[in-house]
Amino acid sequence: MSDAITLTGLYKTAESRGKTQSLRALVSSIRRYMSPVALVCLWQVACSLGVLSTRLVASPIQIVVTGWTLVHDGTLPFNLGVSLLRAGSGLGVAITLGVVLALISGLSRIGEDVVDAPLQVLRTLPALALVPLFILWFGIGETPKILLVALGATFPIYLNLHKGIRSIDPKLVEMASTLGLSRWQTIRDVFLPGALPDFLTGLRYAVGVSWLMLVVAEQVNAESGIGHMMMDAQDFLRTDIILVGLLVYGVLGLISDQIVRFLESTLLAWRPDGRKGRKA
Amino acid sequence: MTSTHSYSEADPGTAVIVEQLTRRFNNGPPVLNRLDLAIAPGEFVALLGHSGSGKSTLLRTLAGLDPVTDGAVTRPRKVSVVFQEHRLLPWKRVWKNIVLGQEDKGIRQRAETVLEEVGLSHRSNAWPLTLSGGEAQRAALARALVREPAFLMLDEPFAALDALTRLKMQKLVADLWKKHGCAVLLVTHDVDEALLLADRAVVLERGRIRVDVPITIPRPRRHADPGFEGLRSLLLDALGVHTA
Ligand SMILES: Nc1ncnc2c1ncn2[C@@H]1O[C@H](COP(=O)(O)OP(=O)(O)OP(=O)(O)O)[C@@H](O)[C@H]1O
Ligand SMILES: [Mg+2]
Repeated sequence: MSDAITLTGLYKTAESRGKTQSLRALVSSIRRYMSPVALVCLWQVACSLGVLSTRLVASPIQIVVTGWTLVHDGTLPFNLGVSLLRAGSGLGVAITLGVVLALISGLSRIGEDVVDAPLQVLRTLPALALVPLFILWFGIGETPKILLVALGATFPIYLNLHKGIRSIDPKLVEMASTLGLSRWQTIRDVFLPGALPDFLTGLRYAVGVSWLMLVVAEQVNAESGIGHMMMDAQDFLRTDIILVGLLVYGVLGLISDQIVRFLESTLLAWRPDGRKGRKA
Repeated sequence: MTSTHSYSEADPGTAVIVEQLTRRFNNGPPVLNRLDLAIAPGEFVALLGHSGSGKSTLLRTLAGLDPVTDGAVTRPRKVSVVFQEHRLLPWKRVWKNIVLGQEDKGIRQRAETVLEEVGLSHRSNAWPLTLSGGEAQRAALARALVREPAFLMLDEPFAALDALTRLKMQKLVADLWKKHGCAVLLVTHDVDEALLLADRAVVLERGRIRVDVPITIPRPRRHADPGFEGLRSLLLDALGVHTA
């Protein structure tokens, strides 16, 4: 009995939804942003009253002003460009390497024995522990930074793609063979698209790892880049610049995540709606 | 891929010849034991047998998915298989699945023609995961037919469908067979299905063909035709199901 009453209630809400919906959405979005905005205001007040020392943390207004100056004198765009180039190159190397290795080990038994075992061992090493070694090997130019990013980002690509290729339904592969598909056609039409969802999951992790590796690489030794800009600011107690750097990292992470999600929704359009959401 | 040395191409007089085919797994007892079977061009043969009697094994060997290690198999070059599961690639639209592996011009037209034949033109652009079970199986049938096989193998293609859809699919297969004139080997558990569709029913038991009966009832046939009675009890007996 009570079930029936609940249902009726639901239907009524559904009917009257159109009118109240937009208002409700507005209210809920205001509520969502209210507490962060309040926090920022509180922070500003605390700084203005001298409760928070600017040696520890700059005030929001100061951060905005500094950010504006950094954009105008070209410091921020230059360093951002350098960082983006490093992350992009490193990620590019990682994707190439990860995909090639995953294909080798995913598509042949011999390849799996040769490639997979050492990679499984290597991946247990924390990549950041290799920073000193990389500096010894490659000096302090661009190479160690790009390679560090590549090193960290290769594993999520490799591991996920390899898993994706291995978990392709053998019945589909069998079907391809009865249809007379060549090995190359089978790879192109069955293995690669079948492993694409896992590849994209790996890519999302890889992007996250790239930023992490870059932050460390640029803070340990660099003459440019967002990380260097922040380390430089530390010497002059410029907490405002450090916070601008943090903000930039945050925005970069957000944007790259959105890009991967966009790729997922366009490339995986064949998945029914229910399964489209994030898997990881 | 399918050109193991033990295969040879059939001459025009016969579609499929299996001679003394033996197949065992991991040196166990033979699943197929010196099996002989011949199928004429355009003939519709239904293959019955207990679960585990080796029907799928025979079919997979004929399809070239399992190697011929002992015995000989002769079959046409152009063969197609439809399995119990549709095995469509979820990431390719229906029509692209139909013409998978074919890369010349005019594939779209060919796909549309065969989809029309199986009554699926309206779903040509759909993603396979959005098809119903019956639609997916019709697409699988279309994919088999678009290659114009001389020999079509069906491994329990309707087993996963509901009774009503199955009846429609049986009718569809009968029509398509009449139109395309290919030899057909249909694996089924359903004696009535065999009687409705086939020219000949063979029963597989302990790795060999134990019963091989022609079904001479004139077509078009209907379910529950009284002429089926004798054959039905004969086949059920052969399958070890004792009728009163
Ligand atoms: N790859 C394999 N490895 C080992 N044994 C196998 C393999 N494939 C099939 N068999 C065995 O061969 C026998 C015949 O199997 P098959 O699939 O041909 O039976 P079937 O007649 O198609 O049965 P069903 O009607 O249940 O589909 C079974 O005992 C099965 O366990
Ligand atoms: Mg079977």
